[in-house]
Amino acid sequence: MPEVHLIQPGGQRVTLDVPVGTSIMQAAVSAGVAGIVAECGGSCMCATCHVYVEEAALTRLPPVQPAEHDMLECTAGERRFNSRLSCQVRMTEDLAGLSFTLPESQ
Amino acid sequence: MAEALIDRLLEKGTIDGVKELGEAYPLKVFPDAVGLTEEGRENLLAYGDMVFNAFGPRNQLLINAAKRVEPLTDWIMTNCQRQNLRPGGFGDQIYQAVETGELTETEAPMLVRSFLSAGVDTTVNGIGNALWCLANHPDQWDKLHANPALARQAFEESLRFEAAVQTFFRTASRDCELAGAPIRSDTKMLTFLASANRDPRQWQNPDVFDIERRATGHMTFGSGLHGCVGQVVARLEGELILSTLARRVRRIEPLGPSTRRLNNTLRALASLPLRLHAA
Repeated sequence: MPEVHLIQPGGQRVTLDVPVGTSIMQAAVSAGVAGIVAECGGSCMCATCHVYVEEAALTRLPPVQPAEHDMLECTAGERRFNSRLSCQVRMTEDLAGLSFTLPESQ
Repeated sequence: MAEALIDRLLEKGTIDGVKELGEAYPLKVFPDAVGLTEEGRENLLAYGDMVFNAFGPRNQLLINAAKRVEPLTDWIMTNCQRQNLRPGGFGDQIYQAVETGELTETEAPMLVRSFLSAGVDTTVNGIGNALWCLANHPDQWDKLHANPALARQAFEESLRFEAAVQTFFRTASRDCELAGAPIRSDTKMLTFLASANRDPRQWQNPDVFDIERRATGHMTFGSGLHGCVGQVVARLEGELILSTLARRVRRIEPLGPSTRRLNNTLRALASLPLRLHAA
């Protein structure tokens, strides 16, 4: 199963095996990773599964859709060019080994 | 609004938590947001009760609920029309989407009606159940009173522990497989949301009400594409009520047994006698 790394703002790193097709948010919540709140459960309605994507890998992700773009305006942590909602990023073989940094707050 | 309401209830001291808080608050704030007329809003309670009974079997509960709603049907349809909705409210915004071609004219009143059917009885019971939880777990209430910032997660935990929506049906739109089980197209499936909320594989000590646990990930609002569209508003209502209570009230004392209102889908209370002690 491909894995991804979640990096806490303090630098602590969690590695997760994520089944292909599962969202990064779902994998993080199932594993109880602190810092991914995911209040709305993956409906792209709350902006509390915000992550920063490893810069070099940005183009490997599916493009931001309008609903996600609007919700990213509402993140508690600063929105940056590499901000994504992890509920909108589904695992693929191509994303194996990717790192996501969590914001200071959700 | 929450402060004025709770201050008034504190003066009374003894209250029915369901009628005077659980119903009073959502019946004010949500129809206001939709832009509904002030008059006759209590009709939404009977309407919501019928809709959530209709998700279940065609039993006596549904028959009785449908009888109560029959004389109210005209009121509901009339008040879902654009000319009866406040400009700028959620309801009016739905009609604006007709103008831009996103919705059809027949869809708009039905969507407004969906807001009204889904957005009241659920929150009424969400708040009622949260009050029940906090009244019956004084140790948890003490934590909330000491730290009102816990209001949002306390509401979340009560949604997990006493799910206002217990079950929901889905229909398979095509042949598929779910957790290894083959599901044929057009099959009705009943999901037990409240059961998932106490699944020991997901939750430590699932039968313990603990407002400090991380309760997000519960299934009370459903999940994914068809997740509850009003959940953001519901959480806001719950948080505002609980944070205001936490600041204004020292203790919520249960006065005798609460009574249930049976519904095919909802976990509902008919009455919840309480005494509020001012902080």
